Amino acid sequence: MNLIERVIAISRRRSPWICRLNAGSCNGCDIEITPLLSPRYDAEQLGVELHGTPKHADIVLISGTLTLRSRQAILDIYAQVPNPKAVVALGSCPASGNVFAGSPLVLSESLDSIVPVDVWVPGCPPRPQAILDGVARAAKLLEEGATKSQLESRRGRLS
Amino acid sequence: MNAVWSYLVAFVVWPGLLLAAPLGWLELWFMRKLVARLQGRQGPPFFQPFFDFMKLLGKETVIPRGVNRGIFLALPVVSLASVTAALAIVPLPGNPAPSLPGDVVLLLYLMEVPILCEVLAGYVSRSIYGQVAAMREALLSLAYNLPFLVAIIAMAQEAGSFQMSALQAAPYGVVHLLAALTFLLALPARMKLNPFSIANAEHEIVADSHIEYSGPPLALFKLSHAVELVLLTELFAVVFIPATPWPLVNLLVYLAAGVAVLGGVTLLATATARLRLTQAFRFYWVWGGLASAVTLAATLVR
Ligand code: SF4
Repeated sequence: MNLIERVIAISRRRSPWICRLNAGSCNGCDIEITPLLSPRYDAEQLGVELHGTPKHADIVLISGTLTLRSRQAILDIYAQVPNPKAVVALGSCPASGNVFAGSPLVLSESLDSIVPVDVWVPGCPPRPQAILDGVARAAKLLEEGATKSQLESRRGRLS
Repeated sequence: MNAVWSYLVAFVVWPGLLLAAPLGWLELWFMRKLVARLQGRQGPPFFQPFFDFMKLLGKETVIPRGVNRGIFLALPVVSLASVTAALAIVPLPGNPAPSLPGDVVLLLYLMEVPILCEVLAGYVSRSIYGQVAAMREALLSLAYNLPFLVAIIAMAQEAGSFQMSALQAAPYGVVHLLAALTFLLALPARMKLNPFSIANAEHEIVADSHIEYSGPPLALFKLSHAVELVLLTELFAVVFIPATPWPLVNLLVYLAAGVAVLGGVTLLATATARLRLTQAFRFYWVWGGLASAVTLAATLVR
């Protein structure tokens, strides 16, 4: 049993499937994800696959300043990702609202207050290699069972 | 008792699950790597399909509200079981299962079950995208099954028997060539590869009819697809490649032929863009129909 668990843990690092969620982004961050799949960066070497449905994803990439209307969408989509899962926040927007902070249509709160964020990738927009690094770090956390949602569920089981 | 055991061994070990799964993963990896190399990328590492499978096994299964739990979970199991049973019928070298009279009919029936499961999976999921994918799959199967079924039936007519071993041993002739071409015509659509990847068009309908599946059921669907690749390529090799008296040589030739067929189909998939459903439908009924007619005519005039 232990061996199988070990293999599954390694597989989580070697096969991170991502799904991206635009929570009011200017599209700058999202457009930097595309080169990951192109010949220059080729994320498939790390086993990364981009999936359209959260049901197939392990890692959700959330980009964009968080708008009033996207809050519920973030919660819904996060809930649909089967456990274990990780969240990567792309760009400066999810952290602080960036240049949009203070606008009446923007939540002006950190993404961390909506869903647990495991990896922050700073930049406006972040470079593709930084995003790839963020995905790789999230995949490593998944292997170690150290993403926030994994820790949360373990704590829930103990108490 | 002996026959039951040999069927069990054929189903579980060779050419069944235990060896077909790694072979299917190898073929999947080969296809993905070839696509990547053709696009100037490095491509996935060798164990990628295995890692994907193991990771999915360790994930949670989310079942959408209002979906019949039993059917939802049974579909991938039925799909995998039937495709493995179909593979156990194929007289690959070393297959312990005895050949039955009429097993070609059983094989053709079992090969339709995964398609049916896919269609049902789309409809059961209550997702609009899944339902569109299911509808497309169902319609497309009406088209590509014409050349596929005719190719096998023409071979049965040529061999004078509906038994797999008779098909394998049929003396080589021009019908082999025509039927092989007809079979190859149907192959890309059966494998859901590019010009005919209409049912799993990820840009239009998000994912194929497995859109609501996650965790182990999705892993079983993926495995069933991998085994289906093995089944289709090895079926082609067994029926259309002349056999030598040495089983080991046969095995190597069949595996090489399977990889060659996959390479050709992948090349086609990388070089083409997706057709519309009507275009694919017309293609199969016009050109597939023509090829079928010629193949059937060749069996009759002989
Ligand atoms: S971080 Fe910059 S590039 Fe990214 S969504 Fe915000 S404003 Fe656009």
